[in-house]
Amino acid sequence: MINTDFKIMHEDGLSARPAALFVQVASKFDSRIWVEIDSKKVNAKSIMGIMSLGVGQDDEITIIIEGDDEENALKALTELIDSNFSRVPEV
Amino acid sequence: MLLTTIPIEKIIKEMNLEIITCSESETMDISTSDVNRPGLQFAGFFDYFASERIQVLGKVEMTYLQSMDPSFRQQQLERFFDYEFPCLIVSRNMDIPDYLLELAKKNKRCLFRSALSTSTLIEKLINYLGSALAPKITRHGVLVDVYGAGVFLMGESGIGKSETALELVKRGHRLVADDAVEIKKVADSRLIGESPELIRHFMEIRGIGIIDIKSMYGVGAVINNKPLDIVIYLEFWDNSKEYDRLGLTEEYTEILGVRLPKIVIPVRPGRNLAIIVEVAARNWRLKHLGYNAAQELDNRLNALIEKNREQ
Repeated sequence: MINTDFKIMHEDGLSARPAALFVQVASKFDSRIWVEIDSKKVNAKSIMGIMSLGVGQDDEITIIIEGDDEENALKALTELIDSNFSRVPEV
Repeated sequence: MLLTTIPIEKIIKEMNLEIITCSESETMDISTSDVNRPGLQFAGFFDYFASERIQVLGKVEMTYLQSMDPSFRQQQLERFFDYEFPCLIVSRNMDIPDYLLELAKKNKRCLFRSALSTSTLIEKLINYLGSALAPKITRHGVLVDVYGAGVFLMGESGIGKSETALELVKRGHRLVADDAVEIKKVADSRLIGESPELIRHFMEIRGIGIIDIKSMYGVGAVINNKPLDIVIYLEFWDNSKEYDRLGLTEEYTEILGVRLPKIVIPVRPGRNLAIIVEVAARNWRLKHLGYNAAQELDNRLNALIEKNREQ
């Protein structure tokens, strides 16, 4: 299991479009992935779950990944967040 | 005891309180939903003083304070304020005497006022705190009210939980929450589920996108919260796995330490899940009323075998 903190720099936070990209990338992996903020923890493959968190710009989230392809999942999600949701990584 | 931090702004809004004075802190740490009326403490009896509770001043306490000898009163109140109680609430919109206000300010304690009568205020406060302090968890799944039973659909992403819920809504059942369900333990064996406020009554359907159930199907298709009665776990049909054919033994799952009956339903293309969920809900209600179909059939079978043996 990996536990990594990220800061969301996107000016809209995790609103509909960035959230959809995030879920799209997370869903490509078999690992179970969660996003946690302020003790609220949701499934990263669920768009409604991610949007329910109301993550804004500069908010810090924790991504928790558990499974066989967890390293690759973390790499892809890191790439997506680092590119500020402008580039969807190839998987 | 476990401390829960409640934003002061929230308790003010929920309880409709007026702020007389408050410290700079924006939150309040509370460990219990009980409240205390500090009459005995004002009289000088501090044994068993429940100082961890919110203190409520009603007409009796206020009249007693007014009737006290000022120096004795000051002494008792100072002793009272030495305890770290969460806040002080005066009921019935009563005037706040200067000596009380000064001590609250000096000790940086929050002093609120409510227009409610004391017992109504206490009742509301205990209810509110009970819910605010309840253990909470967010789980992935869909909560639907089917024939009055709170059915929590679980399973991997993409198994068809939302689609099943949509079909159930179309058949006249009510959606509580899609995808993320906030579950609260309100009593020892009672769980209440609701949707996070932001996404309430919205749903995501692959290929269509986000839809608003309340606008689409009307107010009768949704409900804000619902106690959880059964958990239905949807999973891809696994040929190597044995599925329940009788329903004589019950499986359980635990959420926040509460045991809920769990039914595993294998999913295969062409299986109408909504009808199966409806049947599961009806069956649960029958069992709840004391009728177990599997048991009943088994009893008939046993009676027949017994009869044949006698002949």
